[in-house]
Amino acid sequence: MTARRVVVTGLGAVTPMGLSVAETWQGLTEGRCGIARIQAFDPVGLSCQLAGEVGPYKLREVLPRSYRKAVKLMSRDIELSILAADEALRDAGIGTQTTAPDAITLQPERTAIHIGAGLISCDLVELAPCVAMSVTDGVFDLKKWGRVGMENLTPVWLLKYLPNMLACHVGIIHDIRGPSNSITCGEVSGHLAVAEAADVIARGDADVALAGGCEAKVNPIVMIRQCLLGRASAAANDDPDGACRPFAADATGSVFGEAAALLVLEEASTARQRGAMVYAEVAGTGSSTNLNTAYEHLEPDGKGVEIAIEKALSEAGIEPNALDLVIPQGTGIPQDDAAEAAAIARVLGDAVESVPVWPIKGMTSHTGAAAGALDILTAALAMRHGLIGPAKNCTNKASSCRLNLRTEPQTRHIRYALCCGYTFGGQTAAVVLKNAQGEAE
Amino acid sequence: MSERVVIAGMGIVCPVGHDVETMWQKLLAGRSGMGSTTLFDASTFPATFGAEVKDYDVAKDVKHPERHRFANRGSQFVLGAAAEACRQAGIDVETDRPADGIDRRRMGIYLGAGEGSVDNDAFFAAIVSGWDSESNAMDWAKWAEVARARMHPYRELEQEPNLPAGHVAILTGARGENRNCLTACAASTQAVGEAAMLIRRGRADVMIAGGAHSMIHPLGVTGFCRLTALSTRNDSPTTASRPFSASRDGFILGEGAAIVILESLASAQKRGAPILAEIVGFGSSNDAFRVTDMHEEARGAVQAIQGALRDAGLQPDQIDYISAHGTSTIENDSVETLAIKRAFGEHAYRVPISSPKSVFGHLIGATGCAELITCVLAIRDGVLPPTMNLHDPDPTLDLDYVPNAPRQADVRVVLSESFGFGGQNNVLILRRWESN
Repeated sequence: MTARRVVVTGLGAVTPMGLSVAETWQGLTEGRCGIARIQAFDPVGLSCQLAGEVGPYKLREVLPRSYRKAVKLMSRDIELSILAADEALRDAGIGTQTTAPDAITLQPERTAIHIGAGLISCDLVELAPCVAMSVTDGVFDLKKWGRVGMENLTPVWLLKYLPNMLACHVGIIHDIRGPSNSITCGEVSGHLAVAEAADVIARGDADVALAGGCEAKVNPIVMIRQCLLGRASAAANDDPDGACRPFAADATGSVFGEAAALLVLEEASTARQRGAMVYAEVAGTGSSTNLNTAYEHLEPDGKGVEIAIEKALSEAGIEPNALDLVIPQGTGIPQDDAAEAAAIARVLGDAVESVPVWPIKGMTSHTGAAAGALDILTAALAMRHGLIGPAKNCTNKASSCRLNLRTEPQTRHIRYALCCGYTFGGQTAAVVLKNAQGEAE
Repeated sequence: MSERVVIAGMGIVCPVGHDVETMWQKLLAGRSGMGSTTLFDASTFPATFGAEVKDYDVAKDVKHPERHRFANRGSQFVLGAAAEACRQAGIDVETDRPADGIDRRRMGIYLGAGEGSVDNDAFFAAIVSGWDSESNAMDWAKWAEVARARMHPYRELEQEPNLPAGHVAILTGARGENRNCLTACAASTQAVGEAAMLIRRGRADVMIAGGAHSMIHPLGVTGFCRLTALSTRNDSPTTASRPFSASRDGFILGEGAAIVILESLASAQKRGAPILAEIVGFGSSNDAFRVTDMHEEARGAVQAIQGALRDAGLQPDQIDYISAHGTSTIENDSVETLAIKRAFGEHAYRVPISSPKSVFGHLIGATGCAELITCVLAIRDGVLPPTMNLHDPDPTLDLDYVPNAPRQADVRVVLSESFGFGGQNNVLILRRWESN
């Protein structure tokens, strides 16, 4: 039996750049910035008052009539994933019970769903009135909470915040019944969900997979955590456009945001048979671990990132000079950027001078569990269009950084692209895409 | 030809023991792990009891607890479970110079670990300070003032569900694949299954796999109480978990961690590692029905069981024992029984089925791997763990649930089931290791 190859045939995204892949791509190639002062709540008490937020959307338009009542079970993370899933499946030309009830082509048991998710924090405004009923002498009183407070919380409260619910709701809406997982690996969840779904197809347990990541991070708890950890920039509240400066000498921290990015992966011969448009092939994946007891940071030499990249390149069977694009994590957190740049430079070797590196978080913000999937989606588009957008806010490169960052867009035939990342907690990941032009078209 | 995957070590920290053998003796003796909740004042909650891990001190299991200073309960438990499992498998931990012959780049981690509790005092104090009941709105400046002052950056960070796997990496030096999944109550079964797939595909030689979770905290118990998922038999905690009985009224929230060391057969044989059992089948499915209920005809559960059988190349009648999800909720035990009947046909009435949750409670993310460990022990000792408290069988549930006492049985192939809230189902099949 020859190995089953996996290709990308559909893309869906809702991001701070727009509510679709097209708007997101246009913004990325124009160097537009999706970061602004936080609208979801008044960030007045936070050291970083900026975020990348998704604009107003109409969820009802992508829900079947019979499922509209289920919105009461949905946190924002779930809603964003539903929006991106709809676009990705339509883009792939796969008809589902919701997108094409009269022309269903999706095969439920042969379709997998792997959506990486974040730690979904609850809605404090929803919880607060119940907490306020449970106060004695100005202090929260658990006894009152048990007697009175919790009774005022919706019975389905917990279900809104379980990270596996993204895959469950999307699966229900489109009748996806195959292998299903919810990777919760912080800021590499998106990379790892794509890698795992590709393996599920390669080993024959599915022919199609919906894979990627989604996270709605613009929640006061999530944002204050990043501030307390010193990861969020506290120095750029009056300059959202220039706030997140990956690999720059004057970087002051990252800016966090929300997004959903999902890809339709498909076994190559299945895609060819139905005449699907192929963006790229998933040629290699790898993951490893950063060993650092400062769990919020990458280890200084970026070793875990280096190992992940080496594994992915090895599986793809290529040397570093076959790469025409690297999309790194590039957060704008100076010590992490330095470590990641060192790791990438070591793997690239002499090719570090020539291989374009395109960090996108200066535009998209750091979207956590969605970030890796958004990077992979962006790489697939860059490959398709032969175009690499500007490395926004990277004009003043850090002196230790040897990466080839260009602040102007460039046209380039991309043979192979690498997306790599790391997260607080230690996990690292890398995915290599191969240009599939001339195939299956 | 893909690699065969074996289990070379096991470790557990759970309500009935901080090591595998203690857990097993208590499980066979039916010694319940349930009792009144002591981790917080739950006296006015609908459910006032649970299955807590008592008196666990991670410093007894690790030499460098300072590397894990802010680890939450789940992470502490998983360090203990991983240390025990590595010891059995002959894997060196907490050293820069391991002499076990395992390439750290080929040793990975896959957990189905859950999130940690919020930092309760800080979390609630900030809300109390910020909420204005008259305008029904949050004053975010006031909220942030208290949150900034009282939330500790690392206690916040440690709530992330990927942190337990990070701690296990620090413990073991593992540099291979490292993942965490959180498919609710099926998480650690999924983690073990996906880890086995990584070895089969040649992505790792050794995977430290399992889960960790503690939801015995105010918001965790609140969430399950509001769903009316927990037993409210507050006057009799030790008999409350009664899977498959007519009077079952919900699950008992437990906590803990469980780890198995998975290894390619070639690597285990080369190292001379103990081979405790072989993982031969994994099936995963999505109900795609409702997030609030299991499919009435057990569609997803049946599909996962059939997927695991197909993966193992086994017929239903080759399964000697089923370790049930068996939560003691009305819905699960009925739908699970139906799933077994639909997947196994006539053999459903012959194959013994039991639920260890009747003794150690529902460990949520950690539960699947804890139950998998009991399957390995059932094969090893030729004895099936009992379903305790099954004195009034539900007349519509008419299979052999191994009620109230352990049973001697020659067990060769075992199937272990886990079904997650929302409809993600995962099933593993284990086989007794036979060298030929």
